[in-house]
Amino acid sequence: MKIENFQHKQSAHCESGVTLGLLQHYGIKLSEPLIFGIGAGYFFGHLPFIKVSGVPGTTFRIWPGYIFKRVCKELGVKMKVESFSGKEKGMRALDAALKAGLPVGMQTSVFYLSYFPPAYRFHFNGHNLIAYGKEGDDYLISDPVMETVTRLSAADLEKARFAKGFPAPNGRMYYPVLTKPDFDLPNAIRRGIKKTCWFMLSSPPPFFGIHGIRFLGRKIKKYPEKLEPRRAALFVGNIIRMQEEIGTGGGGFRFLYAAFLQEAAQHLNAPALLEASNEMTRIGDAWRNFAFAAARVMKDRSGNLASYDELGELLIQLGDREKQFFTHLKTLV
Amino acid sequence: MKKEEVPHDKKIIHGEDNSLVKVLYVTDQQGKYETTQYEGWEAENLAMSQAWDDIDERIAQTREKVIRGEVSPIAYFMEKNLMDLPTLASYVGSWKFFVKKHLTPSGFKKLNASKLKKYAAIFNIPVEELTHFKG
Repeated sequence: MKIENFQHKQSAHCESGVTLGLLQHYGIKLSEPLIFGIGAGYFFGHLPFIKVSGVPGTTFRIWPGYIFKRVCKELGVKMKVESFSGKEKGMRALDAALKAGLPVGMQTSVFYLSYFPPAYRFHFNGHNLIAYGKEGDDYLISDPVMETVTRLSAADLEKARFAKGFPAPNGRMYYPVLTKPDFDLPNAIRRGIKKTCWFMLSSPPPFFGIHGIRFLGRKIKKYPEKLEPRRAALFVGNIIRMQEEIGTGGGGFRFLYAAFLQEAAQHLNAPALLEASNEMTRIGDAWRNFAFAAARVMKDRSGNLASYDELGELLIQLGDREKQFFTHLKTLV
Repeated sequence: MKKEEVPHDKKIIHGEDNSLVKVLYVTDQQGKYETTQYEGWEAENLAMSQAWDDIDERIAQTREKVIRGEVSPIAYFMEKNLMDLPTLASYVGSWKFFVKKHLTPSGFKKLNASKLKKYAAIFNIPVEELTHFKG
């Protein structure tokens, strides 16, 4: 079986992409930037004590599931969300939903998604995708970070949905059950912007928001004294990966947010947001410069004190710049 | 970022093309946002290949340790499957404390057939690869 009228759309990010794909199927046509902005996906966090294979965690986005939940709430969409203790039950429920003609969103582990290039397949359990049919033993998959639709064997999908570790997906699946045609888009946009301003400016220091960026800047400066060159290079490399590699639309979601502000300017009829969008683009460019400089330091591997100091300084400046930006943005909505 | 500045650097990891065509948000001549596709960027490719170098080295070191009799084959397959102790423990459905014991040669020897089968299933290998380690 195959849900014929389901449309695949490639997106920068999996969560905003899955939200877009599911809502679009029910006639709510929003762009990825709008979904990301209304969902208040923009963020920064650095948690030195949460380590993945010994490397401290950095994030450029809000916690998994938040964008999706927030967009649904703002647009008055009711979702059915289910988790399962048993694998058979979870796979049967998926088949039943597909049979009823419903495209289904799911939380999965990238490690078991055989259509990704091997080097991408880590135990990351927060990846979202959509199933839109089943043919023989294969599920028809619309993974928003992929260029085209793809397939996955039932055995692989089961492993991906019931992967262990943190956060365990437990077969989590979701699909819209009720959508409202008349939502207040300008208001949803305004509320999304306000929420992001709050996350960035008022999150508790030192780990989150603008404080987090400056905090990481101060940490990086100390890497050469505290870590052997190899570890220091790995730590810095991980920031680059979180910023660019995992599907952020470039510059750690900053370009995606600039695109959102450009659309928001139109919907709210607020030209001041266009200027804000331009500044956000420049901030994104500064993040790209940081990644470029970080890669150079990483390649060098000499643990040069001066170069780590420069990297830290770049981040501290970025923190100040984002502070200025969001303090101003707050006054525009 | 302007569209004409988008890099196109293929991601070569382990000597093979691991590029994934991804979406970037870029501005056109008039400064209006649109999306474009790219396969990779030197900076992120370098970060990824460095992460894999580290993993590969850890796998190789653990393999040597198994051969020298310092750790059990389970330790090797844990690394090879990119797992750490908490992840492996949650797959086994047991406390880290117990799984840690199975990473030592003496703890490994005490494992019964059903436990070995369980580990082999997690690593997606036949039991013989655990009991007759070849690396």
